[in-house]
Amino acid sequence: MRLFETSAIQIKNKILSKEIRATDFIKIVFDHIKNVEPNIQSFITLNEDEAIKKAIEVDKKIENSENVGALAGIPVAVKDNICTKNLYTTCASNILKTFIPPYDAFVIKRLKEEDAIIVGKTNLDEFAMGSSTENSAYKITRNPWNLECVPGGSSGGSAAAVAADFSLMALGSETGGSVRQPASLCGVVGIKPTYGRVSRYGLVAFGSSLDQVGTLSKDVRDAALLLRVIAGYDLHDTTSANIAVPDYLDTIDSGVKGLRIGIPKEYFAVSFNDDVCKALKDALKIYERLGAQVVDISLPHTEYAVAVYYIIANAEASSNLARYDGVRYGYRTFKPNGIMDMYYRTRSEGFGNEVKRRIMLGNYALSSGYYDAYYLKASKVRNLIKIDFDIAFEKVDCIICPTSPVPAFKIGERANNPLEMYLSDIYTIPANLAGIPGISIPCGFSKDGLPIGMQILGKHFEEKKLLQIAYAFERETDFHLKKPALKISPV
Amino acid sequence: MMIDKDEVEYIANLSRISLNEREKDMFVHQLNDILSYIEKLNTLDTKNVKPMAYILKVSNVFREDKLETSIPIQDVLINAPSTKSGFFKVPKVIE
Repeated sequence: MRLFETSAIQIKNKILSKEIRATDFIKIVFDHIKNVEPNIQSFITLNEDEAIKKAIEVDKKIENSENVGALAGIPVAVKDNICTKNLYTTCASNILKTFIPPYDAFVIKRLKEEDAIIVGKTNLDEFAMGSSTENSAYKITRNPWNLECVPGGSSGGSAAAVAADFSLMALGSETGGSVRQPASLCGVVGIKPTYGRVSRYGLVAFGSSLDQVGTLSKDVRDAALLLRVIAGYDLHDTTSANIAVPDYLDTIDSGVKGLRIGIPKEYFAVSFNDDVCKALKDALKIYERLGAQVVDISLPHTEYAVAVYYIIANAEASSNLARYDGVRYGYRTFKPNGIMDMYYRTRSEGFGNEVKRRIMLGNYALSSGYYDAYYLKASKVRNLIKIDFDIAFEKVDCIICPTSPVPAFKIGERANNPLEMYLSDIYTIPANLAGIPGISIPCGFSKDGLPIGMQILGKHFEEKKLLQIAYAFERETDFHLKKPALKISPV
Repeated sequence: MMIDKDEVEYIANLSRISLNEREKDMFVHQLNDILSYIEKLNTLDTKNVKPMAYILKVSNVFREDKLETSIPIQDVLINAPSTKSGFFKVPKVIE
């Protein structure tokens, strides 16, 4: 096994014990990126010079026996909708092509404080709107397991970067499944924390009542380590929760004996891929063998979740994206003829079609005469979906279901049918609407050798229990250790 | 059909987006697909359901009214397409 194929915790221990220097390791990682990245296209911007500077700083601290942070020397990739001071943050949009944030997002400040090394900014669907990373204005990211397939999205660049070992961990963001779904399609671990667990300060806003920063990593223990670093209260985000952040690792090996796992019958009622179905059933057998009890539950409003989501997320997006007007940052059209012409041309030239579609849908749902029929109706059904979960969690400790109804699909296969693309998120969206945490972990492979992910959902702020349940499975299996066969790109 | 070309033009205007004829046709088609799917919400009776905007209990967050440092103006203006004397510069607003 090559060094960069190991987990973050293993590398951190090697760096702390001076078995390898952070500087040498980061150089190995960048060599690997240069060899393979041309095939995968997971990054929009690489941060090599700053990364090496930070590695030197970490090595100095270790040489001088100074205290180092929890992520000392660990290469981390960051989705390009999270603001990084003095480093391009484009949201994969032409409208922010030249944007260099004058400040760090809360989560970036935390990474830096804990001595992580930021490798680069990863590709996404423009403004995180999409499920395949095909909607980027710059490039199409490919799935490391099959270059003809999508990595999922919208955090597809971050998921692909971790799967291809370009970074040991990564940050993504979720509004409707954008961390868990690409984690599933790329065979890595992805967490969407409880709404409010992680500050959204510096995360470019999409749907503010749904958005949350999440983690991508090679295994569950690394996820626990990274989540602890980014979680916590932040005065700059008034929706961040002032609740203490536990040590997610200390009791992670407590197992699942006696825990009750809920299986939502509605999720299994619709027909989905046979390989996904089999992988899930096998996984549940493992949990039963480990002493958990599997019980049927009902989430009766599941089938309405996608409809609710596309009203609420887009209504919020239409308002959030009104700020891109060519005045304060980003693109401005060439020689506008007055202020109105500037707004129209800047936005029409700067946004891609998926973003335009969603802004228009959002404005339609909020417009006079339609507000009650769409936005108010959706907000009410959202409450019903949340109540479904409240009732379910009276009976069970967690809920297990597929993360995605299918393994990675082919590039271009769904590009011209937005509705079909939206339905890729059918299993992930309910958790965002209800604000509950979820984790996706590898649980098998399709006949074609593509990874399959299993999703574990829990009560608000019970990330610790989810990680424990996820780790119990990971310890029994080796799906997370399998690696895609990466080819060196032709020079 | 739930939304026609005139309505697409209307919401494009609300969105400050201009569309050519080909784009209008495409969006009429796609938005109708999505809106017909969303119609399924009307099969639910929600008369006695309260709307939900936030998951967590939210309350006003106050802080002491004390001066804190903010990002320097020159750092903020660095991203602006056009500036003048420490301000954002835009085309003439009042004709």
